[in-house]
Amino acid sequence: MPWLASSRNNRKRALTGRGLSMAVDVSSVGIVETKYFTFAYPPNEMKLEGGRTLGPVTLAYETYGELSPAKDNAILILHALSGDAHAAGFHKPSDKAPGWWDIMIGPGKAFDTRKYFVICSNVIGGCKGSTGPSSINPATGKPYALSFPVVTISDMVNAQKELIDYLGIEKLLCVVGGSMGGMQVLDWAVRFPDRVRLAIPIATAGRLSAQAIAFDEVGRQAIQSDPNWMGGNYYGKAVPHRGLAIARMIGHITYLSERSMHQKFGRKLQDKSEYGYDFLTDFQVESYLRYKGDNFVKRFDANSYLYITKAMDYFDLGQAYGSLKQAFAGVKARFLVISFSSDWLFPSYQSKEIVTAIRQNNGAVIYTEIHTDYGHDAFLLESEQISSLVTNFLEFGANSKK
Amino acid sequence: MIATPEVIRLDANGTVAHLTAEHRLIIDLIEEGSRALDLGCGEGDLLKALEIVKRVRAEGIELSEACIQACVAKGLMNVHHGDLDEGLADYPDKSVDYVISTNTIQVLHNPMFLIREMARVGKKCIVSFPNFAHWPARAQLFFKGHMPKTAKLPSEWYESQNIHLTTILDFRNFCRKAEMRILREMPLRTTPDGGHRIIHLFPNLRADTAVFLLEDARASAEST
Repeated sequence: MPWLASSRNNRKRALTGRGLSMAVDVSSVGIVETKYFTFAYPPNEMKLEGGRTLGPVTLAYETYGELSPAKDNAILILHALSGDAHAAGFHKPSDKAPGWWDIMIGPGKAFDTRKYFVICSNVIGGCKGSTGPSSINPATGKPYALSFPVVTISDMVNAQKELIDYLGIEKLLCVVGGSMGGMQVLDWAVRFPDRVRLAIPIATAGRLSAQAIAFDEVGRQAIQSDPNWMGGNYYGKAVPHRGLAIARMIGHITYLSERSMHQKFGRKLQDKSEYGYDFLTDFQVESYLRYKGDNFVKRFDANSYLYITKAMDYFDLGQAYGSLKQAFAGVKARFLVISFSSDWLFPSYQSKEIVTAIRQNNGAVIYTEIHTDYGHDAFLLESEQISSLVTNFLEFGANSKK
Repeated sequence: MIATPEVIRLDANGTVAHLTAEHRLIIDLIEEGSRALDLGCGEGDLLKALEIVKRVRAEGIELSEACIQACVAKGLMNVHHGDLDEGLADYPDKSVDYVISTNTIQVLHNPMFLIREMARVGKKCIVSFPNFAHWPARAQLFFKGHMPKTAKLPSEWYESQNIHLTTILDFRNFCRKAEMRILREMPLRTTPDGGHRIIHLFPNLRADTAVFLLEDARASAEST
């Protein structure tokens, strides 16, 4: 698979380019482990926005760095749709890849673990150790499947707040995340204004657009029309592989830009020099998407995909307050809002709407649109611009009063 | 005499910044503790100086991504990546004490639209620009027949971003048309080493730069 080899080579080049090798990477947090926090034991279940309750609730989370004695250096990282608590470092030395935001977290990196205590928790509804549809329902002894209540972005944030309370942190220095993580950042800053000093929403929106909801729905339809899905009750049997893989393929197209796809694949053929005149794989881009789809099925639960995309669809920050402007009326955090010029899933105008709402309330906000061809996924890639913005924003923000 | 010093300390480590005469004049005009918005704030030198010298709540709008990076590296917490030709829609009426535009109005597509936006948002406005009627510019055009290239207008005509160059006389007329009252007018001759002189006699001929303090004539007409 030529595209795979080239991306690996790029990675290696990027690492050696910084004078680092995997073996002696001083900018890595090293070996880390996922921890678990359980709360909301019956009868004190967690109340969900949709009206139902959930309990007990477990959150998987990881931490890097040391919490200061004053407990004022904590940064909460919020992951996107398919992310998890493993944001940095390696679980074991033989791991091929580090956590999903390792480029940003570690000694000397933007989220410098020599200075900051970094927390990343998996969302509820997920499938990476937190309570979700694939978890065992203690009342029945079987997986929840579709009996799992529908959760929202605010529910995810409420669960994280329990974790932050448990860790004894009164005020987070910073909440940060991209895409769905950015939605959680906004929700944190709006609903818990006294608990957030700095907020960094990246490539996100105050509400999901109709177009993004449409793509989510196609993904869900793909899963639900897979014969293996069986109304969500596939646990212990064959999983809806095709459906979830197709959902991921669709999603992946929306995370890239037309230009980046063209640059990466063009019309190049996969392992052949002529068209096959059949419906096997001809083009590299087809092979790439199939690989991405198949790989995703190995690490993600189809029902979680339904629940988490639904949570994103429901997200509309201004709705409960009358408008986005009014939602930000009581917000105290300082913001660094970042968007990407080629992101068509969460276009820059949506970030600008957030900025406008903050400004109309005389809030402090830095806004920048980073020029890139990498589309929505740009927030996960190594970027000198993002690193520099975040480093300075944290540095000056941490030293500012309050 | 300009009250604002030429050299200011940026931080406890003793880092200093040298201010231009134009910036020092502008800083002098601004009241302590006010709120100022710099349009086309560049790398944030004026905003940073305003924060330090006048404890201003400093905000900026800038088109260049690299400049925004530089502003954030200075610790400016209110800078916005945006296009001034789109106006100042984020800002409510009279929400800012001073809206500043230094060396920017001549690069905009619609200076009239922006000056009215400045008037709407700002209680006072400060505009500075290179004076195209400065005698070396006139001389190059008159005697040599070339588009002027001077310290303040360094680019070739085909590379220059200045699409709406103006003179002090023209700017006065522009203010009348825009219903802006001129509160102060400071024609300036600057030297590359940071020196300057306020020009009282024949300013349109002898000044390379002008700084204007303005207010909205419409608003003040209504309030009196």
